[in-house]
Amino acid sequence: MMSLVGVLVLFAFVLVFGAGLLAAVAFLGPKPKESSVKNETYECGLPEQLTGHSKMPIKFYLTAILFILFDIEIIFMYPWAISMGDFIDSGNGAYILGAMGFFLLIFIYGLFWEIKSKALEWD
Amino acid sequence: MGQDIFEIAVNVTKLIIIFVMMVQLVPLLVWVERRGSAYIQNRFGPNRIGPLGLTQLLADAVKFAFKEEFLPTKARRFIFYAAPVIALVPGALAFGSIPLSIPIAIEPFQMMGETWGPYLFKFQSFEIGIGIVFVLGVSSLGGYALLLAGWGSENKFAMLGALRACAQMISYELALGLSLVGVLMLYQTFHFADMITAQMGPLMLFGSEIPFLPAWGVFYQPLGALIFFCAAFAETNRLPFDLPEAEGELVAGFHTEYSGFKMNLFYIGEYGHMMVASALFTAMYLGGYDIPGVQDDVAMVSQMIAGLGLSTNMVSVLTALAMHVVFFTKVLLLLWVFVWVRWTLPRFRYDQLMDLGWKTMLPWALANVIITAVVVAVMGMS
Repeated sequence: MMSLVGVLVLFAFVLVFGAGLLAAVAFLGPKPKESSVKNETYECGLPEQLTGHSKMPIKFYLTAILFILFDIEIIFMYPWAISMGDFIDSGNGAYILGAMGFFLLIFIYGLFWEIKSKALEWD
Repeated sequence: MGQDIFEIAVNVTKLIIIFVMMVQLVPLLVWVERRGSAYIQNRFGPNRIGPLGLTQLLADAVKFAFKEEFLPTKARRFIFYAAPVIALVPGALAFGSIPLSIPIAIEPFQMMGETWGPYLFKFQSFEIGIGIVFVLGVSSLGGYALLLAGWGSENKFAMLGALRACAQMISYELALGLSLVGVLMLYQTFHFADMITAQMGPLMLFGSEIPFLPAWGVFYQPLGALIFFCAAFAETNRLPFDLPEAEGELVAGFHTEYSGFKMNLFYIGEYGHMMVASALFTAMYLGGYDIPGVQDDVAMVSQMIAGLGLSTNMVSVLTALAMHVVFFTKVLLLLWVFVWVRWTLPRFRYDQLMDLGWKTMLPWALANVIITAVVVAVMGMS
């Protein structure tokens, strides 16, 4: 609990540091007149064609969903890896290996199914 | 944060000093990067201002500070300004939880007519019980800064760059997270300090001692170390994985609309990420502050310093600093590898990059987990 206070203090300090720097720089720098041409969205000098919120490839969305599935599965392995030593010491090594082996089997099947169904192809 | 006012004061100062040290290292790394690239490409690099061009970084900082504050008309003001500030957070928080040296033990002493102590100060901003998991969780927050920058800029190049960066970061995070499972099985702990302690001493393989080699994680987990290191390059968006900033396609990626100090903050975030990756690699695979080839190195160093005839508290502080130098030498060497690779390897194509992450590194990381699990179980049961 005590260590979390440190995290919060550092978090607040970093935000204040960054925001303070930005404010100081805004105060220090030159302030030339704004012009509608200069403040346009940068598109290599051409008139703007698309904004940032036009259509985006659905692939990124799919990648994000797949990531969430796999990341949660990987997080399950962390407590397993930590408690493996205790199970081996108490003579249950085969049990913990078999349990994770079954889980990994599903994991690997999922990964190869994903590859086979071309969910990870980029064109 | 502490029992009394002295401990709280020291802990807060420590927190801020480590963060400021990290920020101060960035211009130095930029200098190394520019001189290093010049060296690799047979050029001179910045050599006009100061000895070896060292004060170039100071000149750059002054230039950044006096640049015009620029906000495109269409950009979303709050998100646009929030993104560079948020970019600082993951590096700072993750770096703060890695122990950079042994703890400093302070014996009771007299100050202002009162007795203070004893204290035990950790050589890190804060110690979190779940160590690695905290670092992983915090450093994946980096994706938010990139996405907010792309979204707030309202620019198609920025948005595409941000999307690419995020997709790349999350893809390689899987391989990174999996490669750490082997380390956890090996050391049975989330604590970095315990991992480093476990790596001290000579290398033991199959019950026999191998001379001249330390018991570092990289010898027990070569495949895991390789996967971790490659994934770290992708996580930090460095070449050969710097697709988000592919100049030929996306202008400058997610920071197309950023200039002056705002862009500089993104750089600090990126270099902070590099430092975190190097420090993690050092702590988990390169023995942390272990001096290779020396038995009981902490005891030896503290005895050498005690020979100078200083007080116990001074000896403790100086020993921690000496071990910190060892740790930091390893971190700096790894940072040099980052620079070296950046100027040696060309960039991947985007589909190659995603294929490498999902179809090559993820299966190999899985294989590493399975092999490690079987070996640990067999050796534990026999």
